[in-house]
Amino acid sequence: MRRSRVAVAQMAPILGDVEKNLALHEKAAREAISQSVNLLVFPELSLTGYFLKDQVTSVALTEQAPALDVLRNLSHRVAMVVGFVEEAPGHRFHNAAAYLEGGEIRHIHRKVYLPTYGIFDEQRYLAAGARIQAFDTALGRMAILICEDLWHPATAGIAAWDGAEIILCPSASPGRGLGQAEPFQNASTWERVIRAYGDLFACFVVYANRVGYEDGACFWGGSEVVGPTGQALAKAGYLEEELLVVEVEGGALRRARVANPLLRDERLELTLQEVQRILRARGGDPG
Amino acid sequence: MLDLRLNCDTARRVLTGFIDNEVRKAGFERVVVGLSGGVDSSLSAFLAAEALGPGNVWGILMPYRTSNPESAAHATLVVEALGIHSLTVDITSMVDAYFATFPDADQVRRGNKMARERMTILFDHSARLGGLVLGTSNKTELLLGYGTLHGDMASAVNPIGDLYKTQVRQLARHLKVPTVIVEKQPSADLWAGQTDEAELGFTYEEVDRVLYLLVDQRYEVADLIAEGFDERFVRAVYHKVQASQYKRRLPVIAKVSSRTIDRDFRYPRDWGR
Repeated sequence: MRRSRVAVAQMAPILGDVEKNLALHEKAAREAISQSVNLLVFPELSLTGYFLKDQVTSVALTEQAPALDVLRNLSHRVAMVVGFVEEAPGHRFHNAAAYLEGGEIRHIHRKVYLPTYGIFDEQRYLAAGARIQAFDTALGRMAILICEDLWHPATAGIAAWDGAEIILCPSASPGRGLGQAEPFQNASTWERVIRAYGDLFACFVVYANRVGYEDGACFWGGSEVVGPTGQALAKAGYLEEELLVVEVEGGALRRARVANPLLRDERLELTLQEVQRILRARGGDPG
Repeated sequence: MLDLRLNCDTARRVLTGFIDNEVRKAGFERVVVGLSGGVDSSLSAFLAAEALGPGNVWGILMPYRTSNPESAAHATLVVEALGIHSLTVDITSMVDAYFATFPDADQVRRGNKMARERMTILFDHSARLGGLVLGTSNKTELLLGYGTLHGDMASAVNPIGDLYKTQVRQLARHLKVPTVIVEKQPSADLWAGQTDEAELGFTYEEVDRVLYLLVDQRYEVADLIAEGFDERFVRAVYHKVQASQYKRRLPVIAKVSSRTIDRDFRYPRDWGR
């Protein structure tokens, strides 16, 4: 893994306006380039905004969409993770994030777990992705998991077992449960989860959350980059836009894996065997 | 589990940010708020003054001839503390003119009419001043349906609708709303001597605990009874929430087409904003 400067664009996308959001991306990318950033991670659905409802089909882009050319071009100078609604063949619409590098899209992750409860309604509008896969980049091996994906611990496990050194997590997390915790109850849970993953999987976790308001819901920000011992290496403020920049390096990852060789000792056959046993016992019942 | 304490610094940031964002997104920079002299409208005004600047907030006082003079005095305290614009529109002549035709109308009809008269004045000033009407209904009264539909429940943006009454008081203290307003007995001031708690038959402290567990913490009625809450009280609260559901929704539309507003025609309120 190469020593590199990673940044999170903690921004507030404009709901349903791809053109204006492209301009915001371009601006953030130019700022990141001026700070010698190698990888810039945008939040979930950064090109469209989150609570789209029936607008999903109107803002969708195919992988080849010319609208993305400006970002493809910028990716010669800074690699980027960008969130968008992907219109896939067969007119299936996905909550997706693309990894752009060297002038092209190198990988697309389609959100696997679409939350449809409480404030969320994703399965009504979107199709679920069917793959969790790490991929190689010029900076190291990475995996993308979008927001809710990360609340299912197996996804982070799969990413790590597939060799990811950096888990990239674009997110659009609306604050819920304003009480004593700073800033929201669900924000505290997020922070515990991503730090635990950094620790357990001895990898970097880049959590890119958005800010701003949609229909009264407030996205809390607080993006952070977690190191392979579970510490937050850098953290953005809550509720405000920010470009969070931090340097990551493979030495820290190596040391963490030497000190705590959990990944070496992982027993995937055992996991698979037990998962298969559980599935057989359920007999097709989702449990 | 049963902790209604707020992190007031965060609440203040989130709610002032909300006002600023939702008002500007809609293409406005001003708000119009009806000031009753109570803690809810005072808190809304304090938040708006902080979010938009006092010069962008219009507090409208709308007394009726039987209103308690203390209400206007307290509303004036808010206007002076914040340095916002203010205006008094006495609603006596219009309300009395109407009830001259219906002299037998009871207190409830008269109270609702006053609330709706005030609503029309606020929305008229919304057009006159180019400002959105700021909501002043809290979560407790919205859930209980303790408000007048299309009256005090009407607004364009409501910063305090997800705060229980006891939380409104916490945040009001934090923002330094005058103590006399925070500590007085809440009243709709629709007739002499009216207080919310006498009319409802319980205190806000009591009902907020039950609502918080029922709504926020997803307790079933049976769970609350098992926890030792008074069964009759819990059922009465549940019934009020259920019976007032219609006040929290748009009018029900007979579905005949292939795509019906709010059923299968679903866009965010912030659509195109």
